[in-house]
Amino acid sequence: MKETLVLNMGPQHPATHGVLRLVLELEGEVILNLEPVIGYLHTGFEKEMETRTYHQNIVFPPRIEYLATFIEEQAYVLAVEKLLGITAPKRAEVIRLILAELSRIASHLVYLGTAAIDLNVTSLLMYCFRDREEILDIFEMVSGQRMMHGYFRIGGLQWDLPQGFAERVQRFLDDFPRRLDEYETLLTDNLIWRKRTEGVAVLSAEDAIRYGCTGPVLRGSGVSYDVRKAFPYGGYADYEFDVPVGSNGDAFDRYRVRMDEMRQSRRIILQALRGLPEGPILVDDRKVALPPRRELVRSMEAVIHQFKLVSEGIHPPAGEVYASVESPRGEKGYYIVSDGSNRPVRVRVRSASFNNLQALPVMLRRGTVADVVVAIASIDIVLGDVDR
Amino acid sequence: MTRPEDVLVQRLGEAVVEQVRFRDDLTLIVPREHMLRALEIAGSTGFRLLTDLTAVDRHPAQPRFDVIYMLTSVEQHARIRFMVHLAADQTMPSATSLWPGANWLEREVFDLFGIRFDGHPDLRRILMPDDWEGHPLRKDYPLVEEPVEFKGHTPKVPSEIIPKSKPKLL
Repeated sequence: MKETLVLNMGPQHPATHGVLRLVLELEGEVILNLEPVIGYLHTGFEKEMETRTYHQNIVFPPRIEYLATFIEEQAYVLAVEKLLGITAPKRAEVIRLILAELSRIASHLVYLGTAAIDLNVTSLLMYCFRDREEILDIFEMVSGQRMMHGYFRIGGLQWDLPQGFAERVQRFLDDFPRRLDEYETLLTDNLIWRKRTEGVAVLSAEDAIRYGCTGPVLRGSGVSYDVRKAFPYGGYADYEFDVPVGSNGDAFDRYRVRMDEMRQSRRIILQALRGLPEGPILVDDRKVALPPRRELVRSMEAVIHQFKLVSEGIHPPAGEVYASVESPRGEKGYYIVSDGSNRPVRVRVRSASFNNLQALPVMLRRGTVADVVVAIASIDIVLGDVDR
Repeated sequence: MTRPEDVLVQRLGEAVVEQVRFRDDLTLIVPREHMLRALEIAGSTGFRLLTDLTAVDRHPAQPRFDVIYMLTSVEQHARIRFMVHLAADQTMPSATSLWPGANWLEREVFDLFGIRFDGHPDLRRILMPDDWEGHPLRKDYPLVEEPVEFKGHTPKVPSEIIPKSKPKLL
């Protein structure tokens, strides 16, 4: 019998993308056993959300998953809207969709940069963060915040788009394919990148489903499941886009899927910008959304509605709903239980990273220590999302 | 065209005690002893992806817990939700034999609600520290907010700024 070594990796380790701890049992270079230990970033968001009103809770989602902030906000407000049985006006829906797709690009850029730097391609990280910064500037222009926006409202948006938004997004998107091609040249044609990712961290389609994986991890294994296509929400049914799918289920396929997804996101945004309708950005339901400011000086009723909404909040009917969106990491869902009062009884955050991380030991079965870094980068976890 | 969820309901037959449809979400309420069998049938009907497994604490109502399973059919684009009413002293059969992915989900429910799963290979805490006492998502587990350390002004704790209202009658 050979001697084995138990190696502790993390929770403070630059390649774990946050506070993830791995306990590896090694025989030489080969991994016999791997156990992810999580919970270092558990902040009790679900408990916290039970103690606030539906409207106050909007601040939590972008803090749970801090790389795709608008998608997270979209998931939460869509769940509450489903509970209320309302839909946001068309213009608000399209604006949300544009911002969500920009978030997806921003998040995939972080994946690309960090996955590359884990394999010592240092310059790519700078390029990716430069592009991401441009997206964050657009977000700041719209919401006033780079990351924790709080811009979406139940039933619409906080305010309309600023002047020059469309031109700025257009300018970014015009140049974006050229940059993406450049990055692909740096990686796809790079011998080291290919040798380190092809055939590494392989997950079969069967295993991916058995472990509840979603997003690029599942699609990289060849299963074409995208919430935007399977259960269209927020206006995605109106746009043309493809769902990129891999075939081998290795780290390289996941990389290819994400690269193609960025191109598809660009395609969706361009269509949405062209068809951005005029109109209101908040529902005209006084039990849900605040009355416009100008009504307050003339209408007593508007003042009462304003007071009730601010001091009590909205009262959705009793019931339970599950609404999910396609986040850059997979299916992100909010399961909300209401008893008819102004606070949810339970908010369950279905996070994609949690399930995807669970498949890590399967990906690394009989792998080597050096592959651990590649595998973690390829599932693109956000520890805030894992631990909530 | 018959929808996959209708096929499933038909196949489950007597095992479904009640069907609840709210905002297009279909919830099937199944007694505890039939749950594992129902999940197996659902899995073979095409609902192969265990999207989520979670619980709700209805304290002080009885039975206290609801355990919820959300399944998705990846091919047919359908969803189904199972719900089991569970008394405080009851345990659930583990679904890890059907989905290895249920492992962490059940550990999380055990950690945060204290519901035990029979037949789980490794039922330990997952998010909270190993030596933690109590189960944070239970309704009788208090949410303690950090006290403010300066004098002269007692701010309200954030969760009390807007108090919980009574359910409105619609």
